[in-house]
Amino acid sequence: MTWVWDHIDELLATSWEHLGLALVPVLVGLLISIPLGWVAHRYRTARAILVPASSLLYTIPSLALFVLMPLVLGTRILDPINVMAALTLYTIALLVRTVADALDAVSRDTVAAATAIGYGPTRRFFAVEFPLSVPVLVAGVRVAAVSNISLVSVGAIIGVGGLGFYLTHGSQLSPPNYAEIIAGIVLIVLLALLVDALLALLGRFITPWTRARAGVHG
Amino acid sequence: MKIRIFAGVATALVAALTMTACGGSSDPLSNTPAQQPTGSGPVGKPDKIVIGSANFPESTLLAEIYAAGLAKKGITVEKKLNIGNRETYMPGMTDGSLDLLPEYTGVLLQYLNKSAPETAPDEVYEALKKTLPASLIVLDKSSAEDKDAIVVTKETADKWSLKSIEDLKAHAGEAIFGGPPEIANRPDGLPGFKKNYGLEFKEFKPLDAGGPLTINALKTNAVQAADVFTTDPAITVNNFVVLEDPKNNFAAQNVVPLINASKASDEVKQVLNAISAKLDTKTLIELNGKLSAPDKPDASKVAADWLASAGIS
Amino acid sequence: MNIVEQVWAWLTNPENWQKNFRDPGIPTRIVEHLSYTGLALLFAIVIAVPIGLYIGHTGRGGFLVVGIANSFRALPELGLVILLVLVMGVALALQAVTIALVALAIPPLLAGTYAGIRNVDSDVVDAARGMGMRERDIVWKVELPIALPLMLGGLRAATLQVIATVSIAAYVSLGGLGRYVIDGRAFGGVEGYAIMAGGAVLIAALAITVELVLAGVQRLVVSPGLRTSTVSRRVTRVRIRPVEEPEVATS
Repeated sequence: MTWVWDHIDELLATSWEHLGLALVPVLVGLLISIPLGWVAHRYRTARAILVPASSLLYTIPSLALFVLMPLVLGTRILDPINVMAALTLYTIALLVRTVADALDAVSRDTVAAATAIGYGPTRRFFAVEFPLSVPVLVAGVRVAAVSNISLVSVGAIIGVGGLGFYLTHGSQLSPPNYAEIIAGIVLIVLLALLVDALLALLGRFITPWTRARAGVHG
Repeated sequence: MKIRIFAGVATALVAALTMTACGGSSDPLSNTPAQQPTGSGPVGKPDKIVIGSANFPESTLLAEIYAAGLAKKGITVEKKLNIGNRETYMPGMTDGSLDLLPEYTGVLLQYLNKSAPETAPDEVYEALKKTLPASLIVLDKSSAEDKDAIVVTKETADKWSLKSIEDLKAHAGEAIFGGPPEIANRPDGLPGFKKNYGLEFKEFKPLDAGGPLTINALKTNAVQAADVFTTDPAITVNNFVVLEDPKNNFAAQNVVPLINASKASDEVKQVLNAISAKLDTKTLIELNGKLSAPDKPDASKVAADWLASAGIS
Repeated sequence: MNIVEQVWAWLTNPENWQKNFRDPGIPTRIVEHLSYTGLALLFAIVIAVPIGLYIGHTGRGGFLVVGIANSFRALPELGLVILLVLVMGVALALQAVTIALVALAIPPLLAGTYAGIRNVDSDVVDAARGMGMRERDIVWKVELPIALPLMLGGLRAATLQVIATVSIAAYVSLGGLGRYVIDGRAFGGVEGYAIMAGGAVLIAALAITVELVLAGVQRLVVSPGLRTSTVSRRVTRVRIRPVEEPEVATS
């Protein structure tokens, strides 16, 4: 296991690169999903198209999507953009439904009360409906983030970077460099769990009312 | 509360953007302006040489040896290793984002000219020099060779009295052959076996390019014959038998530096040619053995150690 | 011929649909892919469903289910597959990959079963108990039929995960449609890419087809007594409670 300590700098640098490859798509995907999800929530025909379409998109295995991206985007096979674009699509496929469901779940009474107070539709969305849907959104973002961190490693098959490199590189020599392979796996899992925990904390930070309620009742 | 949401999202945004900025993967094939080949005339000492390597251990090792040798001469070197296969890195050589990489005469010739018939070392080398694009040249070839070979275990060789690939013809129908996936497609792979030796194996098992899967499959008799590279230390360690290739199905594969003509200054040529002269197949096997050692040393260390012991200044 | 045309040409070339000198043919690969998937799912169901039924029915250990389902999502399947095959050897590659597949399929099946049982109205269970049914009968005759849609949701997620991982397992010598991606990558060049993309299209088509079939089965399997609009709302409500999220991400 001395290999790990000797290469700790490189491992950490690659971890950082891996996070970028995984999480930028989550952010971009989220920003695109919020308006799309709102459309699906608001208009029944849109929902009938968007939700099944996202489901179908989510069904496509990551390796297949990574390989097909150059056809769609016109990039070279080795370009990390392929992986990031595919992961953005996955994030959108996951979160559009989450946003729609979350907005659906906001109680009608609350919405009615807000209208009664005098909120117009836009203000009502940003001040009431969206904030109330945040806890569910955060849950969805956590799933997307963790799954993306794991999926970036599949890109190693087509030579995209990230921690997946250690999985393929470690399996080239005979006997293989097990320390390297295991280090790669462990780091990916640790990164995912860490990001999951951080997002959970972030979620609780930006929704203080959920904590207040817990405090009162528990 | 809206401020909290805003603060939270802003933090996440900043974090994400920082990660992209810091972790931006170096694309070796990014659009840098192509080097203008200066053609004939002496080349001045280059300000920087970008060394690339293919995505397998020996290529990286050779690139590290070149890099260490050039650095000793005071030439600035930038390494872009483990790029991928030939299709992936060759565009980098032609568009100027890569300057130098270690190559093998036979496969490079085949890549440039699919129907090249040459198989003997000197003929392959001369044909290669003629087939290269104008901006690229190869320096002196080394006697060090790393060829594909059909390899069997000692038990199998004894059982079927195998010395050369021709002897395999009688038993191929009951044998499973293992190798890298591309061997099914390459002219010197399965098609070549059929054409040159009339070999048709019972089954082909796609494994890896002379890696642990192939060695393990051979050892455990999951395959009876396999494509293993001649500089693989596993051959001697496991007492494997390399079958002779009298019909030269596998062309010569001498190690040779492929370099951008505009970077081939006299000093560069002197260092690289000295390295090529000192390298031989036995050395490559030894160095590959060091890479596979339990502590898995870095290629840069193995390269530096060898350079020092080889006395190349 | 541009690249899209080349991919189309590869897909529609009848030679590729029969055994040729370098490949057993697309139908064989499809059958291989489905067999590896089916085998793994069988083992995973046998392990995960009883555990899920028990935990869901007794309510003990629910946090364990959620924890496992969430953390297994983080496991990189390429790493798992490489490690197991290298350790166990090529001769046992199928067994090694199956172990990995089962490990990846259990969490969504477990989560789906658990969520399904938890979703059963406690009044219904009480009524059954009041009628004198034994605990075992309650699970199999009352809870299970009601839980079936959500359990099938878990099966769908597990199936997608397994189909995706089987595609990757070609990297360590396995057959299946992933072979076209791995081999195409090894061949290199435009010809190689056309094979990769052709394989990718086939993998996507297979996954989508299986998903549609399972979705259809899921709809058919809803117990007649529950076949009202209330079912979809109930299913949605369970789904959006973050803690009991049975929609485990696939790859």
